[in-house]
Amino acid sequence: MRRSSNRKSSSAAATAGSTKAASKEFEKIDQLFNVYADKSSGTIDPEGIEQLCSSLEVDYTDVRILMLAWKMRAQKQGFFTLEEWRTGLKALRVDSISKLKKALPELSKEVSRPSDFLDFYSYAFRYCLTEDKQKCIDIESACQLLSLVLGFQFGPQVDKFIEYLKSQSEYKVINMDQWMGFYRFCHEIPFPSLENYDSDLAWPLILDNFVEWFRENQK
Amino acid sequence: MIFVYGFGECEKMAMHERKVIELDQGWDFMQKGITKLKNLLEVKPGETQFSSEDYMMLYTTIYNMCTQKPPHDYSQQLYEKYREAFVEYIDDMVLPALREKHHEYMLKELQKRWQNHKVMVRWLSRFFYYLDRYFIARRSLPGLNEVGLTCFRDRVYQEMKSMVKDAVLSLIDQEREGEQIDRALLKNILDIFVEIGLGSMECYENDFEEYLLKETAAYYSRKASIWILEDSCPDYMLKAEECLKREKDRVGHYLHSSSENKLLEKVQHELLSVYANQLLEKEHSGCHVLLRDDKTEDLSRMFRLFSKINRGLDPVSQMFKEHVTSEGMALVKQAEDAASNKKEEKRDIMGVQEQVFVRKIIELHDKYLNYVVECFQNHTLFHKALKEAFEVFCNKGVAGSSSAELLATFCDNILKKGGSEKLSDEAIEETLEKVVKLLAYISDKDLFAEFYRKKLARRLLFDKSANDDHERSILTKLKQQCGGQFTSKMEGMVTDLTLARENQTQFEEYLTSNSQANPGIDLTVTVLTTGFWPSYKSFDLNLPSEMVKCVEVFKEFYQTKTKHRKLTWIYSLGTCNINGKFDSKTIEMIVTTYQAAALLLFNASERLSYAEVMTQLNLTDDDVIRLLHSLSCAKYKILVKEPNTKTISPNDVFTFNNKFTDRMRRIKIPLPPVDEKKKVVEDVDKDRRYAIDASIVRIMKSRKVLGHQQLVMECVEQLGRMFKPDFKAIKKRIEDLITRDYLERDKENPNLYRYLA
Repeated sequence: MRRSSNRKSSSAAATAGSTKAASKEFEKIDQLFNVYADKSSGTIDPEGIEQLCSSLEVDYTDVRILMLAWKMRAQKQGFFTLEEWRTGLKALRVDSISKLKKALPELSKEVSRPSDFLDFYSYAFRYCLTEDKQKCIDIESACQLLSLVLGFQFGPQVDKFIEYLKSQSEYKVINMDQWMGFYRFCHEIPFPSLENYDSDLAWPLILDNFVEWFRENQK
Repeated sequence: MIFVYGFGECEKMAMHERKVIELDQGWDFMQKGITKLKNLLEVKPGETQFSSEDYMMLYTTIYNMCTQKPPHDYSQQLYEKYREAFVEYIDDMVLPALREKHHEYMLKELQKRWQNHKVMVRWLSRFFYYLDRYFIARRSLPGLNEVGLTCFRDRVYQEMKSMVKDAVLSLIDQEREGEQIDRALLKNILDIFVEIGLGSMECYENDFEEYLLKETAAYYSRKASIWILEDSCPDYMLKAEECLKREKDRVGHYLHSSSENKLLEKVQHELLSVYANQLLEKEHSGCHVLLRDDKTEDLSRMFRLFSKINRGLDPVSQMFKEHVTSEGMALVKQAEDAASNKKEEKRDIMGVQEQVFVRKIIELHDKYLNYVVECFQNHTLFHKALKEAFEVFCNKGVAGSSSAELLATFCDNILKKGGSEKLSDEAIEETLEKVVKLLAYISDKDLFAEFYRKKLARRLLFDKSANDDHERSILTKLKQQCGGQFTSKMEGMVTDLTLARENQTQFEEYLTSNSQANPGIDLTVTVLTTGFWPSYKSFDLNLPSEMVKCVEVFKEFYQTKTKHRKLTWIYSLGTCNINGKFDSKTIEMIVTTYQAAALLLFNASERLSYAEVMTQLNLTDDDVIRLLHSLSCAKYKILVKEPNTKTISPNDVFTFNNKFTDRMRRIKIPLPPVDEKKKVVEDVDKDRRYAIDASIVRIMKSRKVLGHQQLVMECVEQLGRMFKPDFKAIKKRIEDLITRDYLERDKENPNLYRYLA
């Protein structure tokens, strides 16, 4: 009996200890969270994010914010919950604004690694699905997102594809399959020669049409 | 007879007189016999034939010398001497005689000498027969016959064979050039080659046939190189056929039968294989020209000749296909040109030109099918060529109408009243048969089905069908060709009409028994089973009050029959008989329900504007324009239009034309049908999307995982019976199914799809 009570107490002590340690670990992070969070909702809302951006001296349309959201595995666009904040900052091993600012270049590098980039790329799409059960994003937003996420690596293709998307009227939205397809396209097909592109393969139809349009315009 | 008798007798004699015969002595005697034989062969005057005693003595001598006890059994020596007898004769007489002659004379001499030799062998072997029975058999030595022939072969044949071969070939070439030669001689000479092989064809083949084939090839090669330049294709073919015939003849007369195939093959090669393309492509007489000029006899010959050489028919069938395709395309162009010359306002209406076009295609098919059967002996290559050719131009539309539509309109014209009453039943049946056959070449069969269905509906509902039997007959044919699924809806439509008639009878009974329900107007209702019939838009026409009651009454009646069905009224398909009380006389007008509704408006108002008509009727602009046009700008002007222009405009005002009259008491005022084309195409496209979806799901469900190209391929195959889906359309449906979570792309391989249960 005594033993068990001892154990209980000791384990209780242990848990208390770990919570203490945990809370200590996240203390600074949580404090930082509260700087930007909305008091009533307990989450960082778009306004808060804007503030965060100015603190970081980064434009809020900058791709690094998206990367940060990815690191946090943020679910809803424009909002960061406490859990997400904790996840992100812990992974980055930062607990202050200055440290976070310094961590951004490192984060960029991390994202650019091929294995991570794919994940980031598909995350970026999902992040834009704001409504419940939404499966596609409108052309306008898709173009912006493409530019943001792929513009650096595959500028020429992205520019051309955006030009195409804006000029055509058949597609009003882009779905995940098309989104991922374009990524594959950038990686596998040389641009602007497009020499090994075969429309008999399973490329999404929108890309077949894009290639056709591109070739027509070359003449 | 003599032999059998002879042997027995000799043996009996031998038993009694057994005095030993010495070799020299015995041989001397034999030699006399041999000399006698030689003299007979040389036809020495005075020499008499062998008597049976002569023969018996000779035979017995041999017999004795062989059966004597050693050391007097001379079998061995006699065997050798037998052989020597031939050698001596050949060296002394035969070879010298042959050597001094040449060419044909030499052949004749050889013929004689060979015959002689055979006789000599026959006789001597009879004399020496006893050797064959024991000595030869026991020692397994070559028999007497063989020894004799071998002598000739080794001493005469080997020396002469080359010269003989040359002489024979020379004669053959002479015959080829048209001269008469001694065929019997050649036959006998060539028989030597065969017989000298002693059971094997080696001598014939190596010493003669090989050279024959070479010489023949060279001969025809020379001839062909001249003919190909000088002669037209038909003339060349005639010569070739003739040559083949003659060579075959040659075999029959003096060559050995085993040479036939090899010989003909050589001739075919030199005359046909080598020059095949040049021949077929001859500018003014080649295959294309023969086809163009309908030279069926030459084409038949061409088929006969080219079918003998390896893959010879491939280029011919290719040219046939090209020709038929170009003929078909020419008809298409002709029809297109005629259509573009048509006046602008008549463009939408399917004209006579298009009907003529279909008829011409049918005639083209008849013509070239006949070619395939008659000239090309029903060969599969040509059936295939015909099919592929027709598939090319039968899918070309004319003047904006697809071939599917043209064909459906063609059928409609045959089956409707006033369409082809001049044709006999048989002729109609035949034509329908041919039309259905043409359908096989059309890839958009589902489009045809939909057009056909629309027109069938019109025929059935407006009582325009000429003959029920023909209607059913074509449905049977379509069913046979395309399967039950193709015709099930149409059959349902025909059945609906039969049921409708029964229904009407019951409705009329209902009315008689419920007089208060009677609307005061004769009403006939046709109930259509949704699903069988094409879809019709039903507009909420504002019915004239007189008709409202009709609809109510029928609804009540229908409720008594079935409770769970919903009736949707399609006023656009109704007809109405309405009396117009004009100043001069009352005239009955047969109009559509829409037209009747419009006319009845004028019972309440003197003048109505376009806008008022539209509001009161509650129809679309398109419908209002059409119907007002039919009543005020067409043949019968029941309404007066202000201003009196030829077209309807929204500013027009209409009044009832009191002054209207016609010499007939009853007139029909047609309302031209809306062009259904666009709607049909839309409907078919929609159905196709569903069909592709269903096909993809079906395939993926059973395969679970499948690559893109394979999926597309299987899909095309599955749907091929009804239409040719294009790759883009299939791709689009696949993507749609991915979005709807029926399928997903494989993570590793984006060209692979997975079925999501």
